[in-house]
Amino acid sequence: MIHIPILRAGRSYRSLNTVTVPHVKTGEPIASVSQANQGLIAKDLHEVDENRRALESFSVSELLVICKEAAQLFAESELPLNGTTQSPDEYIRCLSATTGMPESLCWKNMAKIRLMLEELEAVLGGLTRGLDLSVLDAGWGVQDGRHLSYVPQTDALGAVLPNNSPGVHALWIPAIPLKTPLILKPGSLEPWTPFRISQALIEAGCPAEGFGFYPTDYSGSSEILLRCGRSMLFGGGATVDPWKTDPGVQLHGPGQSKIILAEDTIAQWEDYLDLMVTSIAENGGRSCINASGVWVPSEGRDVAEALASRLSRIEAKPLDDPQAGIAAFPNPDVARQISNLIDNHLKVPGATDITAMVSGSERVAEVAGCTFLLPTVIWCEDARHPLANTEFLFPFVSVVEMPQKAMLEHIGPTLVVTAITEDRAFKRDLLTSTVVDRLNLGPIPTNQISWEQPHEGNLFDFLYQQRALQISTAT
Amino acid sequence: MEILSQSLLHSVEKARVQLDSHVREIIDWHFSPDTGCPFWLEFAAKLEFDPRKEIGGYDDLRLLGHFQDEWLRGGPVRRWVPKAYADEPVYVFETGGSTGIPKSRISVRDFQIDYEIYSETLSDSSFPRGSDWLMLGPTGPRRLRLAVEHLAQHRGGICFLVDLDPRWVNKLIKYGKHQELDAYKSHVIDQALNILRAHETIQCLFTTPKLLEALCEKISLKKAGIRGIFCGGTEMNAQFHRFAREELVPGIDFIPTYGNTLMGLACCKPFNLADNYAIIYYPPQPRAVIELVNPENTEESVDYGETGRVMLTTLTKEFFMPRFLERDEAERAKPIESYPWDGVENLRLFSELQESVVVGVY
Repeated sequence: MIHIPILRAGRSYRSLNTVTVPHVKTGEPIASVSQANQGLIAKDLHEVDENRRALESFSVSELLVICKEAAQLFAESELPLNGTTQSPDEYIRCLSATTGMPESLCWKNMAKIRLMLEELEAVLGGLTRGLDLSVLDAGWGVQDGRHLSYVPQTDALGAVLPNNSPGVHALWIPAIPLKTPLILKPGSLEPWTPFRISQALIEAGCPAEGFGFYPTDYSGSSEILLRCGRSMLFGGGATVDPWKTDPGVQLHGPGQSKIILAEDTIAQWEDYLDLMVTSIAENGGRSCINASGVWVPSEGRDVAEALASRLSRIEAKPLDDPQAGIAAFPNPDVARQISNLIDNHLKVPGATDITAMVSGSERVAEVAGCTFLLPTVIWCEDARHPLANTEFLFPFVSVVEMPQKAMLEHIGPTLVVTAITEDRAFKRDLLTSTVVDRLNLGPIPTNQISWEQPHEGNLFDFLYQQRALQISTAT
Repeated sequence: MEILSQSLLHSVEKARVQLDSHVREIIDWHFSPDTGCPFWLEFAAKLEFDPRKEIGGYDDLRLLGHFQDEWLRGGPVRRWVPKAYADEPVYVFETGGSTGIPKSRISVRDFQIDYEIYSETLSDSSFPRGSDWLMLGPTGPRRLRLAVEHLAQHRGGICFLVDLDPRWVNKLIKYGKHQELDAYKSHVIDQALNILRAHETIQCLFTTPKLLEALCEKISLKKAGIRGIFCGGTEMNAQFHRFAREELVPGIDFIPTYGNTLMGLACCKPFNLADNYAIIYYPPQPRAVIELVNPENTEESVDYGETGRVMLTTLTKEFFMPRFLERDEAERAKPIESYPWDGVENLRLFSELQESVVVGVY
C-alpha cells in the first residue's frame, strides 16, 4: 500500500499514527497517510523563520523559472513518493479512487494546475497590479520616482485544504514565488495533489524547506490556523464560521455563485442556456465557482424546465469512463442524506423539483458500484425558501424569480455573479454591491477564471503590506 | 524463554486466585447490612438470590448484569457511602462531564491508596523523594487534583497547582471558539511557567499531553530541572509517546498513565523500544479489572490483539462497580511479569460514540 508521509520542512517523517484512505468503489485501502500530532506542528512552526530564509535566498524571477519547470514535472514526470515514485497516470488513478472524481475531470484539473505553474508570472502581475517584483528581493525599490517597500506579514502561509476539487490547489501556489513557506494540511481524502505539487517544485529546484505537509485532525488544523500569521481555510459554513473575525485567516467557504438575467435580457434567455449549463455542471458541479443559482425577473419556470431538460442528459458513469461528468460520493450515506435534506426542504411551500418532473428519475443513482447525485434543478417562487440560496457538492441549481430591483438585496454573499445585462443603472448597482466578490459582466461562465483577476482575497495583499519608506540622500 | 513463560503462567494463575478471593471479600462487604451501602443493599433486596452465596469469583459477577451509567448521575450520593464509613469524611469526585450530567463517585481514602500503590512504580531517581511537584491538569471536582497532590506528599514533596476547568475547554471546542481556547491555554501555561521559574525545587510534573506540548513550546523542561513527567488525563497514542520521548522531553523520564475517577490508576508497561512506543496499560488488579468485550455480545471477551469495548469492574471497600461498559475501546494485551493479568493497548474513544462526545483536550 502507498504511504504518504508528513513533510517537515521538506523532510519525510513517518508517523506512528496513520489513517487509511479507501477506494470509493471497492473500499480497498489505497493509501495510509501519516498523521501529524498537534505538538509536532507547533514545534515545526517555531522554526519556520529559517525556512523562509531558504526561500529568500532565491530571487522572485529564479523562483518563477523553478515554477515553470515544476509545471512540466507535475504533469509529465514520475515524482518521489515515500521512497518510490508516482507517475502522472498513477496520480490520476489514486486521486479519482479516493475522491470519487472521474478520471476525465482529474486530468482537466491537472491541466489547470499545470497552467497555473506555467503562468505564475502573469498571475503575480495580476496580484501585484504590475509591480516590479524585484522589490521583494531587495526589500524596496523605486516606481514612478517614488520609494516602494513591502514587508512580509508572515513567516509561512498555512492552508487547510478541501477534498472537493484539485483545482483549488492553484490558489496557494503563488506563495512560493512570493517567498513564503507553505504549511499544508491536505483534505482527508485528497493528499495526492498538494503532495505532488510540493514534490514537483522541490524536484525543479525549490528549497525543500519551503514545504510543510501535515495530514492531521481538527486540533492540528486549528494549530496551523492559530500559529501561521496568514492562512487559507477551505470548507463549508460550519468550518469557516468560527474564523470569520480572524484577519489572519482567508476564508474559502461556500460560493453560492449565481447567474443573473436582467429585465433587458430575459427575453433572450435561451441564448444563454449553454452558459448556464456550463456554469452549473462543469467540473462535476463541485467548485464554489459553479453556479448554484439562476436569478431572473420573469420566465423562471420556463428557464428551470429548459435547464432540467439539458442537465438531465448528464448521466452517472464509471469513474474511468472518458465521458463521465459527475463525481461519486466517497460516502454513499452522505449522498442519501443530501438528497433527503433536499426532499425535506421541498415540503416547505414555494419550491418544486423540476428535474424530477422532467426526467422522472431518482436523484440518487448507483452505477458501477459508486453512488452519485444526479443534477437537480429547483424552481423557487420565493427567494426566502431554504433551497433558494444554497449549494451542494453536485450539479444543483435553484432558479429564483423576483423583481430585478430587489435581487441584490436578496442574493446574499456570492462568490461569483455573472450578470447578463446592458442596463447601466443595474450594472452600477452590481459594481457597488458589497455582497458580490467576483463580478462577470456579460456572458462569461461563473467557473471561467482569469488568473489576473484574483478573487476571494488577493494573496499578495494577504502576504505583504506596503510600508512607508524614506531613505536619506545625504552622504 | 519457556521458563519465563511458565513463570508468567504461574503468576497469572496466582493473580487470578487472588482476584477471585478479593471479589468474595468485596461482595461480602458491600452486601452485608453491617458494612454495605444503601444502593447495593436495596439492589440485593430485589434479587432472587443472595450475592454473598452465589458469587464465588470474578466470573460470577455477570449474575449482577452491567452497572448502569445513569446510576451515578445525580443524587443522593450518600446512597453510595458504605455503612462502615458513615462517620468518615467523604469526598465526592466527578467524571469529565463530556456527556450531560457528570457521574459522581464518593471516596474516603481510595484515591490516596491508588496513588500510594502507583507511587511504588515510580523511579526514585526520576521522581526523587522529597522533590516538589507541579500539577498542571484538570482541577475542580476531579479526583486527579487531590490525588496528584497526595502522590507528591506521599513521596515527601509539596505540590504546586494551577486552576484548569476542562469543561470550559470542551465548550470552547464545541462552539468553535479557537481563539478563546488558545487564550485560555496561554493563561494556564503562563501560570505554570511562573511557578517553574520561581520554584527550583520542582523536579516532577504531572500534566496532560496537550499541555505538555504547549509547555514545551515555551520552556526546556530539562533546563528547568524537571526529571520525571507523569502524563495522563486524556487519550494518548503511540505517535504522541514517540514525539514526547524523541522531541518534546528527551532525557526526562516520561511515564504515560491512564486513570479515571471510576477505576483508579492503570500503569503503563515499562518502556521498551521493541514495543514501538505502543501504550499498554495494566489496571490496578485486584482493585479494578478491565475486560475487553465484544460490543455486540458483552458476555464474550475478545482474543489477545483483538479490539474490544472496555468493561470496567471496580472492587474496593469504598466503591463496587461491576462490569461497567466504558466509552472506550482498545486491543487486548497479554499479561507481563510485573502485571500478570490482561492489559489494554491503544486505548481510545469507542468508535460508535466518537461523533457524540467532545473529548477533553485540556
